[in-house]
Amino acid sequence: MSPLRFFLPVLLALAAVAARAAPLGYADARHLLNRTGFGATDADVREYAALTREEAVKRLLDGARREAATPAPAFVHEPIVPYREVREMDAEQRKAFRGTLVQQGLELRAWWIGEMLATPSPLTERMTLFWHNHFATSQRKVRYAQLMYAQNALLRREALGNFGTMLHAVARDPAMLVWLDNARSRREAPNENFAREVMELFTLGEGHYGERDVKEAARAFTGWSLEPATARFVYRPRWHDDGDKTVLGTTGPLDGDAVLDLLLARAETSEHIARKLWLEFVSPTPDAAEVARWARTFREMHYEIKPLMREVLLSSAFWAPANRGALVKSPVDLVVGTLHGFSIHPADLRPAAVALALFGQNLFAPPNVKGWAGGDAWIDSATLLGRRQFVERVFRGAQESMMNTAVAPDAPVGAGAVNVRAMLERGLGSYAFNAASWTGPLASDAAARLDTLVLPIASVSNPAGASGIARLERLVADPAYQLR
Amino acid sequence: MSANRRAFLRLATLAPVALSWPALARAAPQAGSRGLLILVELKGGNDGLNTVIPYADPAYAALRPRVAIGRDQVVQLTERTGLHPSLVALKDAWDAHELAIVQGVGYPQPNLSHFRSIEIWDTASRSDEYLDSGWIARAFARAPRPASLAADGVVIGNAGMGPLAGPGLRALSLATPEQFLRSARLARDEEDATRNAALAHILKVERDVVASARRIVPSRTFAQPFPPGPFGSAVNTAAQLAANPSGVAVVHLSLGSFDTHANQLGQHANLLRQLGEGLAALRGALKEIGRWDSTVIATYSEFGRRPRENLSAGTDHGTASAQFVLGGAVKGGLHGEPPALDRLDANGNLPFAVDFRSCYAALLRHCWDIPARGVFDGNLAALPIFEKSV
Repeated sequence: MSPLRFFLPVLLALAAVAARAAPLGYADARHLLNRTGFGATDADVREYAALTREEAVKRLLDGARREAATPAPAFVHEPIVPYREVREMDAEQRKAFRGTLVQQGLELRAWWIGEMLATPSPLTERMTLFWHNHFATSQRKVRYAQLMYAQNALLRREALGNFGTMLHAVARDPAMLVWLDNARSRREAPNENFAREVMELFTLGEGHYGERDVKEAARAFTGWSLEPATARFVYRPRWHDDGDKTVLGTTGPLDGDAVLDLLLARAETSEHIARKLWLEFVSPTPDAAEVARWARTFREMHYEIKPLMREVLLSSAFWAPANRGALVKSPVDLVVGTLHGFSIHPADLRPAAVALALFGQNLFAPPNVKGWAGGDAWIDSATLLGRRQFVERVFRGAQESMMNTAVAPDAPVGAGAVNVRAMLERGLGSYAFNAASWTGPLASDAAARLDTLVLPIASVSNPAGASGIARLERLVADPAYQLR
Repeated sequence: MSANRRAFLRLATLAPVALSWPALARAAPQAGSRGLLILVELKGGNDGLNTVIPYADPAYAALRPRVAIGRDQVVQLTERTGLHPSLVALKDAWDAHELAIVQGVGYPQPNLSHFRSIEIWDTASRSDEYLDSGWIARAFARAPRPASLAADGVVIGNAGMGPLAGPGLRALSLATPEQFLRSARLARDEEDATRNAALAHILKVERDVVASARRIVPSRTFAQPFPPGPFGSAVNTAAQLAANPSGVAVVHLSLGSFDTHANQLGQHANLLRQLGEGLAALRGALKEIGRWDSTVIATYSEFGRRPRENLSAGTDHGTASAQFVLGGAVKGGLHGEPPALDRLDANGNLPFAVDFRSCYAALLRHCWDIPARGVFDGNLAALPIFEKSV
């Protein structure tokens, strides 16, 4: 063995230790804050730049919240209108009711965006969004915005808490019971929708269970239902099949909780989650060995999420130069990150919610139970042009209409697509960058810091020569601004 | 000259193209670029049994006390088979022998998950095989379309690229041609020398936008009216793309959700009405511009639904289903086999009679003379659903 081959790993290990002990510096702090939050400001970055990796990650995790910092929209405390009453409405009333649901949904979206902007713990919101995408549930089927809010609150409560606790709670969550039809599932005819997706998407992943497991698990969840008048969870013993079932090789009179525990006991579940976290926080190409290591930690810590996130955020892969800018910004990253990073405070955030829908990330309405595909799929010709138009409007006040953005026939929030888009048109007028009130590095001798703050990697269209606002406009129009 | 400036100058040349529309419309697209395939995805798993109805089979009504369509309501096609009443707009095409109905389309070892099953259809994989690219993308990788096309494929709306997903394909996603052109000015024609895969993807999309913007012409109007609603608009856009003098090879539309687990009747009727009226309008528009004989419209869906209704007056995920193929060169009539309601599998689902890949093989052969071998697995004979070649 050559001396180099012997010493290189030692040197690398020493370098890694040194990197952990040294202050982050501006570029690394920027990386950490943008991967864990939305659009870090110059002030945030400078504050974290003085911390070591350990200190910075500890501060992020210690700051995790279980509740939102901003007050929820008033309607979430109103009782739902039971389906029985909706059925008896005449056409006019029903139309008005649908309109109310759409408005409440829009208000809810605007509220969450406001929380992402205002929270002292952006990591909590990023993780809440991660779990929303994991347990992807859509208002299109659930309809009641109150139920969507309650699920959001549940996901936030355990966003950095315990995955097992979250899974058990999600299985009883009214929005989920509607979304995957379990509310109607009874022993005479078990509905397999939830049983299938809980294995394929929420825990094990495709290929780690059989059709028989789905059918038997569906029997275990029979009777987990809803009280029609309140849409609260109710267990109906007479609907429940209490006979023996065999799921993943275990036989007994299993109920839903027992099945969930069997799923949590499988290593595949921890690997499935760890792999998704790599895709969210590191790069599009997971390293199987590292993912397996994270998964082991996850299991050993009984599915506590903070220790897992500590592994993720302190891993060498997270900090590797090759992984900087390796992720495509989601629409939330782009829109919320732009508003936050450039201190833009619109009075009405509903246009931002509509913009997200146009760019393919309609909050509370993922395309299906698999959630948003993410990655390269965020960018096609329509969404890319729309994203560029959004940035151009914010920074240049361009008059070009956002109507030009191609939009899926069913992308906007619900009924009245035209009105929703008109609202976007009017509302975006107040989404304007104001250089006078921005405290970022616009001085002519701060070009390097401006570049580092705005872009995760070197710009594609070299803005050499430009400084101040002119340089900033070039940077946000750069393809690299679409990356994080 | 900056890249921005270059891109701008290229786009600036669009205006004369737009003005010279009638002249260009007379210029025939070059040979090999003629075949147009319009794929219509019925998202969520369309209930084939209530779409193409075996109304004379007593088992049909017996399995569906609440969900069956009454014998007196169906649009009768033969003594045994009829269409859902909301599809009455397709009767003209049927009478003209321009509507092929393929019954029993599915695949072995069916997967009942939406996502996995649509992935199987989009990639034309076996049930136990995972492919990364769409079947159209792989076919065009083997037999590239002419570079003169406005685009290899266009997805209307943002349903995802589906069968058009894959490296190398010039695929666009847009709502209408004029909206696309107005916003395309923001794209740039940047060389790609990066090792960052995400950045490379973004730069490629930008180059595709610039290339297509040079060839997409603004909207034209049709005497044929289009139905109101989002699907009607999408069909209108598809007709405009068919009229494009530079041509496109594939247009992808989608309609949904057909995932009718509960209270199916009203929701399904509404969706089928949009489908029937939309496809009938598309037929009228394609005839108007002389493209009906060189175009094929084909529907697909991840699966059909279970023959026996559930307790929620809906139907759960099933397997084989009926699909429509329309066009001036189509061999109209019933193909495949009627649903074997007496031969349901252990899950209560239908056996399949026609592998969907043999439909794909027929489409590839007919539209562009591309052999299926090498595009997807198996030696699947093309289903004989065409009278004559394009």
